[in-house]
Amino acid sequence: MSKSKSLSPVWWPLIGLAVLVAVNLALNPAFLNVTVLDGRLYGLPIDILNQGARGLVLALGMTLVIATGGVDLSVGSVMAAAGALAAVLLAEGHGLAVALTAGLGVGLLAGAANGLLVARFGIQPIVATLILMVVGRGAAQLMTNGEVVVIKNDAFAFVGNGTVFGFPFAPLLAIALFVAAQLFLRRTASGLFIEAVGDNETAARFAGLGAARVKGLVYVICGLCAGLAGLMAAANIRAADSYRMGENMELDAIFAVVVGGTALTGGRFLLLGSFIGALLLQTLTTTMYNLGVPPAVAPVPKAVLILVVCLLQSEHARRWAVSLVKGGKK
Amino acid sequence: MTAPSDGPLLSLRGVGKRFGPVTALSNVDLTVRAGEIHALLGENGAGKSTLIKVLTGVHERSEGEMFFAGQAIHPRSPKDAERAGISTVYQEVNLLPGLSVAENLLLGRQPGRAGFVNWGGVRRHAREALARLGLDIDVDAELGTLSVALQQMVAIARALDLKARLLILDEPTASLDEKEVAELFRIMRRLRSEGMAMIFVTHFLDQVYAVTDRITVLRNGTLVGEYLTQDLPRLALVSKMIGREVNDMAGRAADLPPPDDSAPAVVEARGLERRGAIQPIDLMLRRGEVTGLAGLLGSGRTETARLLFGIDRPDGGEIRVRGEAAKIQSARDAVRLGLAFCSEDRKGEGILPNLSIRENLILALQAKQGVWKTVQRSEQEALCRHYIEALRIKTPDAETPIKNLSGGNQQKVLLARWLATRPELIILDEPTRGIDIGARAEIEALIGRLRADGLAVLLISSEIEEIARNSTRVVVLRERRRTGSVEGDAITPPALMRAMAGASEGGAS
Repeated sequence: MSKSKSLSPVWWPLIGLAVLVAVNLALNPAFLNVTVLDGRLYGLPIDILNQGARGLVLALGMTLVIATGGVDLSVGSVMAAAGALAAVLLAEGHGLAVALTAGLGVGLLAGAANGLLVARFGIQPIVATLILMVVGRGAAQLMTNGEVVVIKNDAFAFVGNGTVFGFPFAPLLAIALFVAAQLFLRRTASGLFIEAVGDNETAARFAGLGAARVKGLVYVICGLCAGLAGLMAAANIRAADSYRMGENMELDAIFAVVVGGTALTGGRFLLLGSFIGALLLQTLTTTMYNLGVPPAVAPVPKAVLILVVCLLQSEHARRWAVSLVKGGKK
Repeated sequence: MTAPSDGPLLSLRGVGKRFGPVTALSNVDLTVRAGEIHALLGENGAGKSTLIKVLTGVHERSEGEMFFAGQAIHPRSPKDAERAGISTVYQEVNLLPGLSVAENLLLGRQPGRAGFVNWGGVRRHAREALARLGLDIDVDAELGTLSVALQQMVAIARALDLKARLLILDEPTASLDEKEVAELFRIMRRLRSEGMAMIFVTHFLDQVYAVTDRITVLRNGTLVGEYLTQDLPRLALVSKMIGREVNDMAGRAADLPPPDDSAPAVVEARGLERRGAIQPIDLMLRRGEVTGLAGLLGSGRTETARLLFGIDRPDGGEIRVRGEAAKIQSARDAVRLGLAFCSEDRKGEGILPNLSIRENLILALQAKQGVWKTVQRSEQEALCRHYIEALRIKTPDAETPIKNLSGGNQQKVLLARWLATRPELIILDEPTRGIDIGARAEIEALIGRLRADGLAVLLISSEIEEIARNSTRVVVLRERRRTGSVEGDAITPPALMRAMAGASEGGAS
């Protein structure tokens, strides 16, 4: 028996995505069709990318937090707070720059608060970020008085809805961020530092790393990503709904990262895996929407898909499946 | 305990284990009789761990036969092996530190009914199980608050309670002090008289001769032979383990220069103290010298090193680096000042297990340079090539995860990690603990080279001979206090021993 070279974990979500696309094609042969209308691309793949952009941005930040062995539950609420503040400021007549800065500022502050609690005070990430998960949405509702704030600023709407040469701007931005992050993390030592802290924090500290600084920084980056995602969400529907915006998005982001092959225990991270994982989730969401699955039931197939990909990634589960198949042939 | 029959309790015939193309174990025989303590010896990579994993069902053997109490067995999991009567006690106890002693003892089989645990019964049963070993441990204490030695005793009590007939003790003494070792041996002898069979894995040859009846030696995954302990001279044993003759290891390195009081100090500590760790201590760590820090376990050796390296904050005193007062508040500060600290806890404070050798090796250098000044990939690879060759690190390549290496090779990577930072002071805390004799000699030779290159070395070791062989000066600690120092040719194991024990200070002069 030759030892099979272990497949890169990126393959499993990719296989999942391929299967999902195949199923969709079987149900709807026009699934992959993209048309050009008024110099703008239309089609389900474009929809998926457009709607998935926010999940992609969140998954980016979440990957880094998880790589240090942490987790950030507050990103959904931070999205709501960032989007709400931007919408309120625009409604009050402030300009695009103010709205964008304020939204990102909310993310930055939230990330800094999380980072302080986790890295400086040693509070468990789940508990520390749970606080802002609650506070963030509360703040969003306070800012909007619990109402939906409509956004009339066209320049701002571009962040979530605009196109560049016919291609939607939001996914382009997300892809650009992933590329930039990948370059930064792998060309500088920052990626190594994050993985070192996640793999063995004590050893990393003993080797002279500012482990607390690294941990604090990943939460700041994650917060910034959440702020940006909030702006994208508000711009996409030209409104800030403080109740619904970013709802359960923290779970989607965590799922995307885990499905993408980064372990919740920290250490090695796979940015590309998270990217594919986020796309996979969005494809599933869009699929169900198009199949007319009621939103209340939608989480079930999602959970099943996540389970399948996670099982695929587990060597134990794979071996078990192989032995089952072999046993059946006897 | 059943009366030992004449046939062996455990008998392995031609056992082998392959991992893909790699043969870890091949054609190994092992015979263990009831009422016997059987040493399983070999260098790192000899196949001891693999053999034990096969025995305990962690790995399935690829070939060979295994008989236990007259029956062919094929354990597929540690639980399987436990049910058959084979229990294991590891160096790092694999019980649950957050639970009480009683809970750990009865984990998974608490007395009670209908899902309700009878806690009174649990405690009573636990006390009885411990009393059988002559132990008086508070059964309500959280296991993690006990010393490693006591945790091991609990693990042994648990094994007995599970009706184990063969007990595998996998390097149980690695982190015990002398008294604790004596207590462990007392229990082992008691179990032996009751007919228990024991496999004892250790790196300490003294202990082999103190407590075992037979020895099985492995080398490179194959059997060298089985011997009666009393018939095998120590030197013969060592040469069987490493497959070559060794020189007498006790001698002092021939080229050790006399202590040079004019050599500039790299690091100087004045009145450095921390409550509960070390009383005010002065240290002068000079260029081109190896300063030994000798003392019994708990004398404050590691605590002193941690203060010097900024891991713990001192309550008083000062540290001067190259003659200037230095503010060392973290390992980061220390690294940037040209200090290096190779911790005694390789697993907890040393390696990043899942990262590659390359990443482990460059980590401290990269930390020293900061995140922006990246060590280029080509430079990383050159460093790896250099140190893999210079320190003879046994690995297929630099991209292998460090956890796949043997302990000795991991230690060499960690040494390389620090040497790559070009330090002026390197603190080596138990640099040869738990590694095989060959690697040990290489590391000692390396210490000599570093000294000759002008580094200041602070050497901490529980092995008096190791300190005596390599140090130009020795500072002796006793009960968290500096009690004396020995220099030059006066450094002999008996002199150090006297100073450490506090018998008399006269040994030095």
